[in-house]
Amino acid sequence: MSVSDRVPDRVSAVGSSDPAKIIGLLAVIYAVYLVLGSVAGIDPVSNMTSLTRWIGLFAIAALALNLHWGYTGLFNIGVIGFMGIGVYVAAIVSKDPVAAGGGGAVGGATGGLGLPLPIGMLAGAVAAALFGLLVALPALRLRADYLAIVTVAVSEIFRLSVRNGNIASFDVGGLSVGFGGGDGLQLDWGSEVELLFDALLLGGVYDSLTVAAEQVTGSPVTADRIGYALILLAFMIGYYALLQRMGNSPFGRVLKAIREDEEATNSLGKDTDRFKIVVFMIGCGLMGLLGVLWFMNAGGGGGSINSTQFRPDTTFYIWVALIIGGAGSNTGSVMGGALFAAVLYRGPRFLQSVIDKLTETDLGRFARQTGFGEAMAPIAGSFDVIPLLLYTVTKLQSLQLLIMGLVIIYLMHNRPQGLLGHRKEQAAAISLSRPDRRSDGDRAVAADGGVEDE
Amino acid sequence: MSDTDIDPPEEAVQANVPEDADVDYEEAETQDSAAEEAAKHVPEAIPLQVENLTKRFGGLTAVDGASFEVEQGSLTGLIGPNGAGKSTTFNCVTGVLEPTAGTVRFNGENITGLAPHQIADRGLARTFQIARELGEMTVLENLMLAPMHQRGESLWRSVLPFTRGSVVEEEEEVLEDVWETLDFFDIDHLADEYAGNLSGGQRKLLELARVLLTDPDVLLLDEPFAGVNPSLEERLLEHLHELREQGYTFLIVEHDMDLIMDNCERVIVMHQGSVLTEGTPEDVKADERVLEAYLGGEVET
Repeated sequence: MSVSDRVPDRVSAVGSSDPAKIIGLLAVIYAVYLVLGSVAGIDPVSNMTSLTRWIGLFAIAALALNLHWGYTGLFNIGVIGFMGIGVYVAAIVSKDPVAAGGGGAVGGATGGLGLPLPIGMLAGAVAAALFGLLVALPALRLRADYLAIVTVAVSEIFRLSVRNGNIASFDVGGLSVGFGGGDGLQLDWGSEVELLFDALLLGGVYDSLTVAAEQVTGSPVTADRIGYALILLAFMIGYYALLQRMGNSPFGRVLKAIREDEEATNSLGKDTDRFKIVVFMIGCGLMGLLGVLWFMNAGGGGGSINSTQFRPDTTFYIWVALIIGGAGSNTGSVMGGALFAAVLYRGPRFLQSVIDKLTETDLGRFARQTGFGEAMAPIAGSFDVIPLLLYTVTKLQSLQLLIMGLVIIYLMHNRPQGLLGHRKEQAAAISLSRPDRRSDGDRAVAADGGVEDE
Repeated sequence: MSDTDIDPPEEAVQANVPEDADVDYEEAETQDSAAEEAAKHVPEAIPLQVENLTKRFGGLTAVDGASFEVEQGSLTGLIGPNGAGKSTTFNCVTGVLEPTAGTVRFNGENITGLAPHQIADRGLARTFQIARELGEMTVLENLMLAPMHQRGESLWRSVLPFTRGSVVEEEEEVLEDVWETLDFFDIDHLADEYAGNLSGGQRKLLELARVLLTDPDVLLLDEPFAGVNPSLEERLLEHLHELREQGYTFLIVEHDMDLIMDNCERVIVMHQGSVLTEGTPEDVKADERVLEAYLGGEVET
């Protein structure tokens, strides 16, 4: 039976090589950025930490969205709304208290409840999950495309609501809290990295990191940047582990079945509505937590949030990341997030700065002196495309969205399933090979070297 | 578990309704006299009773007061010309549609208007006219999904470290049943294939295998032989007879009169939304109204 012989090999091969695939891809990305960065003379620490920041954020985002879309087929295009709820609630819970009547609606002057940041993050995640429940109850009975409309509408409603002056500031138990209205909120809860390290009883590690950073680079801020990068990587690994475990279980199997055919799944005795609500809430909670991580802006010096940051374009970036990686695969989601962050999101800007540094004199002057008309004119006259090419290079960053669009079109035509989509990842807590065959194998092993049992 | 047979459902072997049925009957007696009458006249081995089932879509009456019963351990055929209301009846019985009027009783319990998953949970399972395989999942995953009330279907038990062990244990038990079922239906060579890649007939087999793994008492099969080649049809029929001998009860919707007449011991004929006649194949064949219904003749009402 060739099929069943192949199964165990394949399963174990996938199991061991998935993290290897991610690490391999990250290694390539980091190597390219290090080499190009050092050629261009960009500070390697800030280069690496900022790269890690975006890779971590987009990988986490793609993982959370994959639970909705990749596993369960829930078309959520309101990701940024749930992220926003997470970070706003975390801000209100964790900002330093300001006495009622003290601040008024002046930007940054509204306070919070003064609870520790980890509790704020948890509250943000819970709030986003509950908001997800609110959306899920009426909307999940609808077909996928209607859910999409509801989610994007809800995220826009959230964005416009927090701008509303009426809830910019209000009093809760003698404390002035609020959403800050059009002025937004200052995330002045202190050094996030230090707070999070302290929460994990790793305060000593943070202190030594600061000392080391100060000795090497002369700036303690570097420690925050490195710490933030490490925290994001830790969350990325945590999300990945959690979602893998969720997917490779009977629970994940029901989710996949709902994605494939909800009515058939229902006819097999599964309460599909309940599963959809639970998974929608979990996904929204994960997005809420991501929102706090995304906007805390550690090491960037005093983050702030404002309703303008919650426009839907971030949602679509996350979708692009998931599509690149392949919906339905957690490994693919991480790889898609990493690729999107490194190539499409930061790539043009990075390449631009590398090119600028390398050819500072020529291009810099060229860019200042040449407009689009001057670049086009030689084509009409003498078919000279060099000025247009040079002009394009100097404007790489502006072409970011165009490049994203081209990549999406290419993917949809040639690889709609993404890097790792449509891969056989069997949703089960165990390998699905024929059991008696496997137990025979176990017995053989035990007979050969059954010492470890004693 | 050395034999390759599938374990028959316990209730089915005892050929009896569950113990709490008495209570339900008593409640029914006090509540409405029609049900009381039915309960008195019906022997206890009638798991499925449909009374005066009616379903209207706007002005169209698809099912018009259909009443029938399915006996324990029988292979009952439900036939009728196109538009007779067979599929709508099926959908009303299995909870996909909510009937406009009438009651559906399963093992003595009124299950009218329950959700499909609740009805499946009580042991009344169905297959679909067009096989509803889960295409992007392998045959193994399709089957592993089916068993009811798996511990790991609870999110927390699947994720938390100290309960994960019991989930894994149960997965191993489920996997054994799944492989037995695969062997029983001779589709073990397809185990690792995407269900979407199977042929039409193989999908029908997969669907029957999957619904059996939910451990039902009564199976409603909606045109199980549509689009199935003759040799596979033969195999499917063998499986059905074998399963019936193990104690399962079947209600089969089918267009092919001969197939139903040759294989079912009871036949229900539907026409224009109601039950035209009911009985053994011989009775039904002898009934002129059946012929008229199929040939489009006049029917007195």
